[in-house]
Amino acid sequence: MKEQTFKITAETGVHARPATLLVNKAGQYESEVEVSYNDKKVNLKSIMGVMSLGIPNGAEITITATGGDEEDALKGVSEVIKEHLGE
Amino acid sequence: MDMVRTKDLLENFTLTLVAGEDGLHREIITSDISRPGIEMTGFFEYYPKERLQLIGKTEMAYFLSLSDEQRKDRAERLCTDITPGIVISRGMDIPESMIEAANKSGVPILQSPRKTTRVISRLTNYLEAKYAPSTAVHGVLVDVYGVGVLITGQSGVGKSETALELVKRGHRLVADDSVEIRQEDYDSLIGNSPPLIEHLLEIRGLGIINVMTLFGAGSVRNYKKISLIMNLELWDEKKQYDRLGLEEETMKIMDVHVPKLIVPVRPGRNLAVIIEVAAMNFRLKRMGVNAAEEFSDRLTKMIEQEKDGLE
Repeated sequence: MKEQTFKITAETGVHARPATLLVNKAGQYESEVEVSYNDKKVNLKSIMGVMSLGIPNGAEITITATGGDEEDALKGVSEVIKEHLGE
Repeated sequence: MDMVRTKDLLENFTLTLVAGEDGLHREIITSDISRPGIEMTGFFEYYPKERLQLIGKTEMAYFLSLSDEQRKDRAERLCTDITPGIVISRGMDIPESMIEAANKSGVPILQSPRKTTRVISRLTNYLEAKYAPSTAVHGVLVDVYGVGVLITGQSGVGKSETALELVKRGHRLVADDSVEIRQEDYDSLIGNSPPLIEHLLEIRGLGIINVMTLFGAGSVRNYKKISLIMNLELWDEKKQYDRLGLEEETMKIMDVHVPKLIVPVRPGRNLAVIIEVAAMNFRLKRMGVNAAEEFSDRLTKMIEQEKDGLE
């Protein structure tokens, strides 16, 4: 299992459009990718799940990837986050 | 988990705040309720001071029989710095000594017009629901013929599409994609949708749709007990699927074992019908009609007859 923590710096938080980018990216990998925020964990491949968290600006989120291509998955997701959402 | 404070009780029940307003923000950390009868006699050794205290007619009658000095002493010891509140039932008048002690230490005194047993059961139900263990799962929860069916499976296997077809057939959507589950008692799981995505369904190619405005108020439910799990998975040629339905598999969510069926998905397989039938079959089984077992019995009888014929 690979894990990494990010801080959301985007003004609007994880809003619908960036969430879509994230989910689409996660969906490209075989591994199970999950995001947890505030003790709640959801599947990062599920748009509704990710949006239901309502992640705001300033939040700390943890992405975990488990599976055959976990390293690539985490790397891919991390790129999307860095480009659109935070650090 | 949500924290419960004394002011939440005030907002959710017909209670009147009589004293100790300063302590309204106090947190109630347990769903247990204490009736401090023994404590009234002066025995505070095992006083569960962190619980909500409930004073009924018996306790109050005893309290009133005490001398002024004793009343003051007991009231002060009841109102500790962590006691979240004292509820007085039957709308009884509250003695001056108790009000004084409560105001001094900031323990809210709440007066209820109802009978003690009613108050206990209502408060316990409320607190237990709040303190129930909870979790979230990836899946879709639908109410099919009154049976709460949790559809699980990998992303893209068609959970939401199946839910849409079920809704179209007159069943009800509870939650799409992310289901919040809390355990009530020791044997039941109640699922609901996260508030933000309530009544919504995401269909690839269409986007987010609102099931309630599209199909009407009858097509949604706010919460539902989970009775059956249907796990959808892509058809695997090498895997053995259940052909008879004699064995019942279960999946454990928190402490509860829920019956689970694994349904292979293949293009053209009508999953909504399969789920409808699974729900009906589940109800039949619970009513004592088990088609698979009946068939098995019939087969046993037949084989025995054949054997007798041979001998």
